[in-house]
Amino acid sequence: MANMIGTPVKRKEDPRLLTGNGMFTDDMKLPGMLHAAFLRSPFAHAKIVRIDTETAKQYPGVIAVFTGADLIGKVKPVPTMWYVPGADLKAKDRSPLALEKVLYAGEAVAVVVAEDRYIARDALELISVDYEELPAVTHQEKALQEGAPLVHDDVPQNLALLWKAGEVPDEAFEQAEVVVRQRLYNQRVIPNPMETRAAVAQFNPGSGEMTIWCTSQNPHIHRMIYSGVLGIPESKLRIVAPDVGGGFGAKIATYTEEAVVGHAARELRRPVKWVEERREHFMATTHARDEVIEVELAGKKDGTFTALRVKNTANLGAYLSTFGGGCPTIDFGLMITGAYHIPQAAVVTYGVYTNTTPTDAYRGAGKPEATFQIERIVDLFARKVGMDPLEVRRKNLIPKESFPYTTAMGLLYDSGNYELTLEKALEAVDYEALRKEQEELRAQGKLIGIGFSTYVELCGFGPSKVAGAIGFQGGVWENSTVRVHPTGKVTVYTGTSPHGQGTATSFAQIVSDKLGVPIEDIELVHGDTQSISMGWGTYGSRTTAVGGAAVAIAADRVVAKAKRIAAHELEVATEDIDFAGGVFSVKGVPGREKTFQEIARSANFAWNLPDDVEPSLEAQSFFDPSNFVYPFGAHICVVEVDKDTGEVALRKYVAVDDVGKVINPLLAEGQVHGGVVQGIGQALWEGAVYSENGQLLSGTFMDYTMPKARFFPRVEWHFTETPSPVNPLGAKGIGETGTTAAPPAVVNAVMDALQPFGVDDLDMPLTPEKVWKAMQNRREGI
Amino acid sequence: MIPTTFDYVRADTVEDAIRLLQQSNGEAKLLAGGHSLIPLLKFRLTAPGTLIDISKIGELQGIRREGNRLVVGALTTHHQLHTSPLIRETMPVLADAARVIGDLQVRHRGTVGGNLAHADPAADLPGVALALDAMLEVQSEDGKELLELDGFFLGPLVTALPETSLVTSVSFLIPPSDAKSVYLKYAHPASGYAVVGVCAVVGTDPDGTINHARVGINGVGDVAYRAISVEERLLGQRPSRELIQQAAAHAADEGDIGGDLFASEEYRRHLCRVYTERALEQILLPEGTA
Repeated sequence: MANMIGTPVKRKEDPRLLTGNGMFTDDMKLPGMLHAAFLRSPFAHAKIVRIDTETAKQYPGVIAVFTGADLIGKVKPVPTMWYVPGADLKAKDRSPLALEKVLYAGEAVAVVVAEDRYIARDALELISVDYEELPAVTHQEKALQEGAPLVHDDVPQNLALLWKAGEVPDEAFEQAEVVVRQRLYNQRVIPNPMETRAAVAQFNPGSGEMTIWCTSQNPHIHRMIYSGVLGIPESKLRIVAPDVGGGFGAKIATYTEEAVVGHAARELRRPVKWVEERREHFMATTHARDEVIEVELAGKKDGTFTALRVKNTANLGAYLSTFGGGCPTIDFGLMITGAYHIPQAAVVTYGVYTNTTPTDAYRGAGKPEATFQIERIVDLFARKVGMDPLEVRRKNLIPKESFPYTTAMGLLYDSGNYELTLEKALEAVDYEALRKEQEELRAQGKLIGIGFSTYVELCGFGPSKVAGAIGFQGGVWENSTVRVHPTGKVTVYTGTSPHGQGTATSFAQIVSDKLGVPIEDIELVHGDTQSISMGWGTYGSRTTAVGGAAVAIAADRVVAKAKRIAAHELEVATEDIDFAGGVFSVKGVPGREKTFQEIARSANFAWNLPDDVEPSLEAQSFFDPSNFVYPFGAHICVVEVDKDTGEVALRKYVAVDDVGKVINPLLAEGQVHGGVVQGIGQALWEGAVYSENGQLLSGTFMDYTMPKARFFPRVEWHFTETPSPVNPLGAKGIGETGTTAAPPAVVNAVMDALQPFGVDDLDMPLTPEKVWKAMQNRREGI
Repeated sequence: MIPTTFDYVRADTVEDAIRLLQQSNGEAKLLAGGHSLIPLLKFRLTAPGTLIDISKIGELQGIRREGNRLVVGALTTHHQLHTSPLIRETMPVLADAARVIGDLQVRHRGTVGGNLAHADPAADLPGVALALDAMLEVQSEDGKELLELDGFFLGPLVTALPETSLVTSVSFLIPPSDAKSVYLKYAHPASGYAVVGVCAVVGTDPDGTINHARVGINGVGDVAYRAISVEERLLGQRPSRELIQQAAAHAADEGDIGGDLFASEEYRRHLCRVYTERALEQILLPEGTA
């Protein structure tokens, strides 16, 4: 039982979930429950001339049909929640249902509430809407051009924000020995968690209380926002995230549909359920990335970097989603220098409105894009100075003696030993032998490529003071209560909101080590604003580093109190009590001891407590860390490119990550596997494609390639442990390392394979046709 | 992902099914495995008034040999094609191709008759069936008739199948005993359907002269087709890398090839050639392909 931290414990959650005993939002069935379906705009940009809902209202089984006009004054617009400072942010709140205009294909225009979902779906086709189609713009660079259609009439040039940070004098580039420049496109992707969004709302007309069960990564944030949107005080609004089937960031955002469902339940005085169809999800849930990144790296011929300048033109979609403004600015811009010592750096971000689905956080949120541009430009730099990309990395990685290290962008990297992860990765792939093999195979006409990604990531959100300084509308501390029942069983409450991460297991391990209680005796409660006083949710790889730290501190407080009670019962001073393995013992007196369970009973019965000790045994912690945490690592990808067809086959993938103290290596490895394949998905297959007039062409799984298990070799994982000094666990975050590290590792590998063809860059996803054409152009001497 | 309302009836015999088709005035669809039809219903791309379930009709089952042909009941599933000893023995390429259709669930539900009658140009069976000189037995109120598969596909999801009739069985020509065959597929990474699928069946005389050549191609075009131009260039010749390259260069000649989001017309033509070349090399130059 001792040292559960660091042990590969199997997930406590799995027996329940694998035997079909999960309780997801769509599993909720309430008496008298109605079902909602949303009518969505077929056009990317159009005026709504007229909506006729009469026929739909007459359809048997339909209870109500609402349009935007019906909700005015009842459901307020949904606001954005990240007011990036100094960016001249032109936020446009979203009406719950479109009013005069629709701004992207898939925007909700009306809702039908009916006795069952089949009737609701059928009745959608009976609503007639007259649209007057307007010219649409989907690409951010086109949207900035003069004369481009305006998404919002009062936002000139469609410029939602313009943000700058850092400074580099022009001379740094003009006088540099070497400058490499590249325009990169980090394409739009669609998160697609296994469970789409869903909501069930129930209103109590007597008390005015409302409960909304929904697919949320942060129910307290959703309570705060929906409270304002629905006009229900937070004290009467309960948000519950039951089992949630993945989120990847898409369930952080606050959407309009959940609010509309809440309103329908209030107005109709019956519970209402809505479950997003997969087809809807493709259009109605946030997309991500979609950034045109122009990067310039200056340096010396010996491979030393001297300055970095980056311009990001980001597609924000038709509205600023909840945290949409922060991803391409703060999250991206402050991380542009990556794991390297670059003395000078500057970034500018143009955030642009277009007639597309809004973009927001997606597993990594800004950091994958930042990592992509720096890892790609480092390779191009190496090519230019004629060095092995490995040597250029070795030369510029921040050395371990420099930590804590302040970057040119002003961040303080907490701890690191970057070379160690790199050396471990090189050993795992046997780099020298691999390069030799590559040469031999090239001679036989086979194209092997080796790609690096030596990344660092910002996560563990984070100090609330910093959140305030960067315009994030909320705190980012975390809350935990550890409650010990009379029998010694333990309930742990957390303000984080896990949705597939296995946190019930990892937090039980932390508590088990602290209290000496078996993990079977520890239950985790999360995702319910009524049970948990406050919290900020699960995103930004903060659950362990911030939420887990709060759990650890609360558990320490429980032990401190229990020690006093034990001392009292054993008639010694508290200082004379040792606590280990769930037993309180008197120092130097073998056999004089009390078990944790005995003290739990004493504390709760309170028959014999010290005068200054209150009954019960529970403690709460509100933990606000002093800094972010910065996990890092080295990933190496080996690919083979088919010369005839351009197909890319993955031969090997090695990930060496350092996420500080690892609580559960099994869960950690799962996160790495999931993150890496998701990152490779972006590199090779995924990509949202819009037509010129704003139709989402990649709107089903027939066209949008979600990676499949059979596409991958086994991802080989190793880890090193460099503890973080900013939380008592020494933990960093691991959830987003894979999506951050993998895309450039893969692209660098493919570009390495294509080196004989002189191909420097191709846009992701690296589809076979793109790769084949690149080779073809070279063959034909273009 | 919810279909429009429809009626459901089950037909117990072929006659029953034909009668129900006649009664529906063109508003009905036949439901066999349902793995092509039901997604279309869910996307509301089709909205038949009635589904006639033919999946329990016993006379549409079974695999038997008739002379130099194998007759396969229309309701035979892809899984049955893959696991039938008779097919494995006489035309292994059909068994192999059935293994790469869809996923395990699709292979256990999807049927050979449904697959061919649905005429999805990216499905895997049409090219293989063309390369095996498939004939369809079709039954209507006027009785049974035989249709050659070559010419049956008129366009994407459009066939020469007369209204109010159904495919009752498919027969395949057993290739000469010394013939070799292969189905090579480049699967779309999202859907798993063929971007290109090439089935080649080639036989040679004892002196090596090619005496039998069939190349069926699906995926690239509007419809699956027989690459006659390739076949003609092979017949009567001795195998060589040069011959294969010359022949494969014509793999797209009979195809009505277009592009889509994943692969342009140019790239599809290219893939068509490469996969044809690889298929022929596997058969004719087995040791020289490395």
